[in-house]
Amino acid sequence: MAKTIMTVDDSASVRQLVGFTLRSEGYEVIEAVDGKDALHRLTSAVRLIVTDLNMPNIDGIELIRAVRATPACRYIPIIMLTTESQDSKKQAGKAAGATGWIVKPFRPEQLLAVVKKVLG
Amino acid sequence: MNDVQRQVYIDEAAELLSDLEVSLLALEERPDDAELIGRIFRGLHTIKGSGAMFGFDAIASFTHQLETAFEAVRDGRVRVTPDLIGLTLDARDHIQRLLHQPAADALSTEAGMRILARLCTAAPDFEPAAADVPRSPEVPAEIPAAPRQYRIHFEPHPDILLTGNDPILLLRELAGLGECSLVAQLDRIPQLDAFDPEQCCTRWDALLTTTASENAIRDIFIFVEERATVTIERVAEPARVPEARCSAPSATLRVSADKLDSLVNIVGELVTVQARLSGYAAASGSAEAGLIAEEVERLTERLRETTMSVRMLPIGETFSRFKRLVRDLSAELGKNVELTTEGDDTELDKTVIEQLNDPLMHLVRNAVDHGIERPEQRRAAGKPANGTVRLAARHAGAFVLIEVSDDGTGMNRDAIRARAVERGIIAPGAVLTDQEVLSLIFKPGFSTAERVTEISGRGVGMDVVQRSLDALRGSLSLASETGLGSTVTLKIPLTLAIIDGLLLEAAGEFYVVPLSNISECLELTRRSARPARHSLIEVRGELVPYIALRDHFALSGDPPPVEQVIVAETREGKCGFVVDRVIGDHHTVIKKLGCLYRHVEEIPGATILGNGSVALILDVERLAAEVMRETCRN
Repeated sequence: MAKTIMTVDDSASVRQLVGFTLRSEGYEVIEAVDGKDALHRLTSAVRLIVTDLNMPNIDGIELIRAVRATPACRYIPIIMLTTESQDSKKQAGKAAGATGWIVKPFRPEQLLAVVKKVLG
Repeated sequence: MNDVQRQVYIDEAAELLSDLEVSLLALEERPDDAELIGRIFRGLHTIKGSGAMFGFDAIASFTHQLETAFEAVRDGRVRVTPDLIGLTLDARDHIQRLLHQPAADALSTEAGMRILARLCTAAPDFEPAAADVPRSPEVPAEIPAAPRQYRIHFEPHPDILLTGNDPILLLRELAGLGECSLVAQLDRIPQLDAFDPEQCCTRWDALLTTTASENAIRDIFIFVEERATVTIERVAEPARVPEARCSAPSATLRVSADKLDSLVNIVGELVTVQARLSGYAAASGSAEAGLIAEEVERLTERLRETTMSVRMLPIGETFSRFKRLVRDLSAELGKNVELTTEGDDTELDKTVIEQLNDPLMHLVRNAVDHGIERPEQRRAAGKPANGTVRLAARHAGAFVLIEVSDDGTGMNRDAIRARAVERGIIAPGAVLTDQEVLSLIFKPGFSTAERVTEISGRGVGMDVVQRSLDALRGSLSLASETGLGSTVTLKIPLTLAIIDGLLLEAAGEFYVVPLSNISECLELTRRSARPARHSLIEVRGELVPYIALRDHFALSGDPPPVEQVIVAETREGKCGFVVDRVIGDHHTVIKKLGCLYRHVEEIPGATILGNGSVALILDVERLAAEVMRETCRN
């Protein structure tokens, strides 16, 4: 069965790029527009979350904290999308329990490499 | 990057830009609205980030500068002024132009520079940071290098799992870089009661031979840098991880047999003490004492097994000695005989192997001399001219079976019988089973050879085999088919140091009889009525002579009203031994009696019981022989 990955980003283009890249590799992809939407759609079928950090409503850091506080999802790998200028955010994300990060801008193959790294 | 995806970006950016316009205008009216500033910042951030991903490098680099300026606004370092709003709106328009004209030409770049320059004056704190402008990511070219070896130590923090990082995946990735040998260090894993499955207490050491750079190795652990200790060392000389089991050229050690015997002896005593400890612990009812006793029992058992295994030697060496014997014998007798061996690596106690030498030599000699025919006889019988004598050893439980077989003429039952009658071994009309007839050749003074040969017929006879086997507490069986050959099977206990015995008591003294000898236990009630010392008991219609240990060993005191008879199978036939009580199975470590008792043949040894008292081990065969002699005399 295909593994399900959730991509969380308020940018439709990033969501689409992430979704397209992952689907073409055979993953199921759930797209969420922000942290709130992500928490709403989160199920135990989700094996990996790829999330942006800057988002309205619930941002990436809070999303990571919320997921880590959900017993069924405590150990899901969470990849955050950061930019070079966001080092403090990256640190906050790591502290919240993010598994890893991808620095934007990234190429599809970089995304896939990281997904394979944390998903096995 | 296909056009559909670019179009999505263009659409999204256009949307963001119009949103940016609305936000900027609103900000002009409410310059302190943090919510609005955050919104503008996020918009710029997305335009920049996605721009670079979709190949809009000019937008990415320009927006990056704009974002940096707004970072200062967000952090309160620069105040929002109408001038700043105007400039930002200009910048927004510039982005929109770049969106529809992706390949930035000199003209648009210059326009962008002008806007940025003005931004600098409006926001004095702002320095255009040209150095870290994001660009479309480039994949660095892989430079192939010669394989190098690295030693990697990976020690995750116990809470690493909580970040969703799986150490196994990281190690798998590491192993994917090249030839990798991994060793897990498990010493920090706590006891079960303190064990938390959500904590990772394992550390790993890896030796990796790879063409990848050190940075590539470090990159594997990039996500766990802060939640793990990772050290990567270049190994100067390519070397393999020293294997736990070092295959040193000579891993064996010569130890004197005396030391080994002494070790076995001490282990035997330890087994005894351990039995006492277990008994004491059980009686005390203390759980703690029980635990300790159990642990000691486990360790003692292992120590015993290990010690015994040290004494074990493969029988192959003994087998190979007979090759020469067979070669010389067959030359002397004008026969062509080949010796084949099987199960050379079967292990036996060292003392057992030493004592096997003599009986095996007799059996092999007998097979070559009496079993294998001369070549012309063999050919006449339609058999290959070359005869074969086979030595085979294999394990069977606590015993080793050794077969000595030949493809010779087989045993002539009538000749054996006639000879036995002639020699007075059996009565002329005796009814014997086939096995009993064949066994006659092991009786003292028996020899069926038609002529006394140089080799076998020196009057020593095959009874030597039987005697040696008795000393080994072994047994033998025979199979023979006329014209096809014979097989002698020796059943030898693995070790002489320990036997399974039955513990008996008579007049407060303890005795052990090897369990393998015993066929049944019965009650004896009418003893007082018997006048004679030796008597007979009826066991299922068969009269079995018996001896009372009380009488035999002249023990004082009166026997209990109900005694027990142990019926043992011996070569003399069934024989009973009367004791007061049968206590039960006893794992017996045999200890030799001192040299003073060397000539007491009925008692080959003794053992120490759990309570510290001594139990004598009885040689049932010798006792039975005694019983028979006395019975006949009476």
